Amino acid sequence: MLTALLVMSGIAIVLGAVLGFSAVKFKVEGNPLVEKIDAILPQTQCGQCGYPGCRPYAEAIASREADINRCPPGGEEGIRKLADLLGMEFKPFGEDTAAPKAKAVAFIDENVCIGCTLCIQACPVDAIAGAAKQMHTIIAAECTGCELCVAPCPVNCISMVTLPETAQTWKWQYPVNDKVASEK
Amino acid sequence: MLFHFHGGIHPDEHKLESSERPSARAPLPSRLIVPLQQHIGAKTKAIVQAGDKVLKGQMLARADGMVSAAVHAPTSGTVLSVDLHAVPHPSGLPDLCVTIEPDGEERWIEHAPLDYRAMPRAELLAKLQGAGIVGLGGATFPTHVKLSINPAQTVETLVLNGAECEPWITTDDRLMRERAAEIVQGIEILRYLVNPAETLVGIEDNKPQAIAAMRQACTGTDIQIITVPTLYPTGGEKQLIKVLTGKEVPSGVRPLNVGVSCSNVATAYAIHRLVNHGEPMISRLITVTGSVRTPQNFEVLIGTPVEELVKFAGGALPGSNGFILGGPMMGLHVSNGQLPVVKATNCIIVESAQLFPPPPAAMPCIRCTRCVDVCPAELQPQELHWFAKSTNFGKAQEYNLFDCIECGACNYVCPSHIPLVQYFRFAKSEIWAREREKRAADAARERHEFRLLRIEREKQEKAEKLAQKEKAALAAKAAAAVAPATDSAPAAVQPAPAAAESAADGATQSRIQAAIDRAKEQAAASKEKDTDILTPQQLAEMAEIEARRADIREIAHADAKQQQEQQ
Amino acid sequence: MPSSPFITRSTSVSAIMFKVLLALVPGIALYVWFYGPAILVSLALASVTALATEAVMLKLRNRPIKPFLSDNSALLTAWLLALSIPPLAPWWLVVVGTMFAISIAKHLYGGLGSNPFNPAMIGYAVLIISFPLHMTHWLSPLGLGQAEIGFADQLRYIFSGALPPGLTLDAVTMATPLDTLKTQLHMNRPMQEITAMPIYGHLAGHGSEMVAVGFLLGSVYLFANRIITWHQPVAFLGTLFLTAEIFHMVDSGHYATPMFHWFSGAAMLGAFFILTDPITSPTTPKGKLIFAAGAGFLTYIIRVFGGFPDGVAFATLLMNICVPLIDAYTQPKVFGHKAGKK
Repeated sequence: MLTALLVMSGIAIVLGAVLGFSAVKFKVEGNPLVEKIDAILPQTQCGQCGYPGCRPYAEAIASREADINRCPPGGEEGIRKLADLLGMEFKPFGEDTAAPKAKAVAFIDENVCIGCTLCIQACPVDAIAGAAKQMHTIIAAECTGCELCVAPCPVNCISMVTLPETAQTWKWQYPVNDKVASEK
Repeated sequence: MLFHFHGGIHPDEHKLESSERPSARAPLPSRLIVPLQQHIGAKTKAIVQAGDKVLKGQMLARADGMVSAAVHAPTSGTVLSVDLHAVPHPSGLPDLCVTIEPDGEERWIEHAPLDYRAMPRAELLAKLQGAGIVGLGGATFPTHVKLSINPAQTVETLVLNGAECEPWITTDDRLMRERAAEIVQGIEILRYLVNPAETLVGIEDNKPQAIAAMRQACTGTDIQIITVPTLYPTGGEKQLIKVLTGKEVPSGVRPLNVGVSCSNVATAYAIHRLVNHGEPMISRLITVTGSVRTPQNFEVLIGTPVEELVKFAGGALPGSNGFILGGPMMGLHVSNGQLPVVKATNCIIVESAQLFPPPPAAMPCIRCTRCVDVCPAELQPQELHWFAKSTNFGKAQEYNLFDCIECGACNYVCPSHIPLVQYFRFAKSEIWAREREKRAADAARERHEFRLLRIEREKQEKAEKLAQKEKAALAAKAAAAVAPATDSAPAAVQPAPAAAESAADGATQSRIQAAIDRAKEQAAASKEKDTDILTPQQLAEMAEIEARRADIREIAHADAKQQQEQQ
Repeated sequence: MPSSPFITRSTSVSAIMFKVLLALVPGIALYVWFYGPAILVSLALASVTALATEAVMLKLRNRPIKPFLSDNSALLTAWLLALSIPPLAPWWLVVVGTMFAISIAKHLYGGLGSNPFNPAMIGYAVLIISFPLHMTHWLSPLGLGQAEIGFADQLRYIFSGALPPGLTLDAVTMATPLDTLKTQLHMNRPMQEITAMPIYGHLAGHGSEMVAVGFLLGSVYLFANRIITWHQPVAFLGTLFLTAEIFHMVDSGHYATPMFHWFSGAAMLGAFFILTDPITSPTTPKGKLIFAAGAGFLTYIIRVFGGFPDGVAFATLLMNICVPLIDAYTQPKVFGHKAGKK
């Protein structure tokens, strides 16, 4: 009996020491899971998830505070990728999250803009060029379509324009004649 | 000594329909629609506009950047518009085109042969770009880029692709039969540009007359005409290189890396027309075949509408239901006859239900591996198809999806009639779209993080400035209290510490004064932009803006009132 | 928008399956010659059951019935199963086996193309485990049994279980040559004596060896039409031969000759018709070789050391399990990815 106890305690002590040593020696700075989650998120920085940007949302997901189905710009595919990464079940968008929309960029009507810089302060990726009392304009290539600039504008001069499909961005469709006899 | 590539198929050739008639010059069509993008790379920039009169061979749009090639007027006439028009593209989306109404006179712009041996290679390559020479095998890669060899690379073998392996197409066949001597002249120019150790022309053995004509044209030169067995897709660049040289071009790399340069015989001919006649690329030989009265080859001006070209071939037979631009294995199906012929168009097949019956409905894959047996890229098409079907794009890339040349051999043999090539195209375009999104997302993340950094930095700078100001204010107070002491500084009777202190205070005070002076200066400088020294134009603009603001304020006011009333 | 290519060769799944059915005919013909027409009843019964089960399953799964029913894959499964079970089997044996094969082994896994296990072999496995007694009463070859019953009586037995008066089942049936071999060896009779028994012909069991030859002949048709490749047959028969030869050389008194193993049981059927089923075998050439070699080795082991007289079915099923792994590890190098090429 005593030997059994001694052996078990001995093993526990040795393993504990090994684990403690490893925890110190092989400590990883930061939380790599957050990086991996952030890599999946679309970086729109729109805040629709309820967090001020994609990184805070990634941190919330990593700490299991937030659910994975709160990001409309990521679409269903984003949820699937997160589910795969975290080993969780896929969950469709909830009632309180907006449905995913087609990619759009903001557009400032230059006839109406008064140069107040409120939209520049709101843009999370600095995609608006301009300065106080100078014309403001959206840098379309950098705009993520987060719509955070639309509300602050006091003269409602910002509208969202959906991007048209060009020959460069056009995608081949999933083959349809296959559906007649096959499974999916 | 010939080598083999894995797989390949033997579809019915259908070449005799159009290969036995001599080629003819297609008459001038009613209008020419010249797209600005007829090549791989950046779109050209138009240098004409509606209403301009142009001469035959005049540049309509210049190349934009290195990977781009200019576009020229196929005949003399008037530019009707530079606008969106339907172009041959699988999406069916329109693209910018220059539409020209021919004046019937076919007046050439001034043009002269080039003395290419006298000019440096770089200049000759620039001339190729300026003349719009692109690969006429179907991929339309700008030729000057293909032939740009940096000094470290050498070309051991120059391969000329005369294989023409796709069924129905006979344009290269007729070109070689009728204009072999000129093709060889073009080959000589290519040899000058790439300086190869050997030159091989690969021609499939179903073209005996072309082989004979080319052999004769090459007598006295050391260009070798090699007969290759007829097998689809021997005409694929990598496949032909393997057959002729035994080298396998590694994935994702240009043939130049293994010392081989490969061009189509029609491209060689076009280079000859440019260098020895000064003509830019404005026309090419095209096969019109299928369900038409007189299938044959035509010398066609780029931009000729497909319908008109088909009329020149005797018109479509009854029961025709569309066109294939290109060959039946890799071509593009279109129904709009208004589409123009472009540099890439080597063939127009008029379809009919008899010649091209619709495929039967697809059954599930039974893993019979017939597709694996025929794939020239030695891929596993059925695996790629499962991954594409389940949108498992990571696995698809692992199984080398991007090595697929979309030749269609797998589709051809599949007993379940699965549209394999369509799955691969779907997967490829989805992967590219995802990569684009990822790049955009990474850029957005960087900008966002930099923005946060910038805001932090601004906060810090503000805090520092505030701290400094406070410090300066405190010092000024202290200096004011100690002022009498500093005035009598020369008196050395003062105790040493006090003198030191007063000296320090004096220094601080002078710095403070300097700062105050600087600020005054800045204020004065900025004051110069005062409203009373504005130009009348600026004043007028400001008045306009003020008027608009007044309007807006009214509207906003009215809105607010309305909202209040509604509540 | 239709996509290239716009031409295809016209073969289809149903054409391929039909050709395989045709290739089975020589073997079936010899079967009838040596054992009487009872096998045709089994074949007919199995075919009807298979098509009916398939139709019901397709309906339940909301799939179009006509294209799948006419692809002949259910018929092929039915015939292979019928050829693996005793011809005098009661009708319900055939029906249960076929129903299980089609509904569970094929459709529950996703239907045509998606089943990991060979449905006919699953059907066989289910029957031999659930009804071992019925599965060992094989019709005696004509002229060999104690008694013989005519076709009408055979039919009556199949459908009602009633034999003509005075006859027992044991009188008209006997164990298979492989089964007999196993039992006799257990009774410590030496090999030479066993092979001299009337049940054995030149190479293996009298009658059944000729059926095996029939399947071998049928395979010529398959090769000529490029329906199968050499990989599975050569690997399976080769490994079976090698393993049998090694054991035979060590102790010829206890272990039968390789030719015996080749021409008895379902070895020939397995080599050309079962292991070559594309849906359940690997897709890479190396993979096919490994798969069939494994099956050959396992067949011998199960036959000699296992509890069942014939090992082809279980060997096939065991190797079916390994197919995804084999596929993943035998992917050939793709054009342009081969290190060391110029």
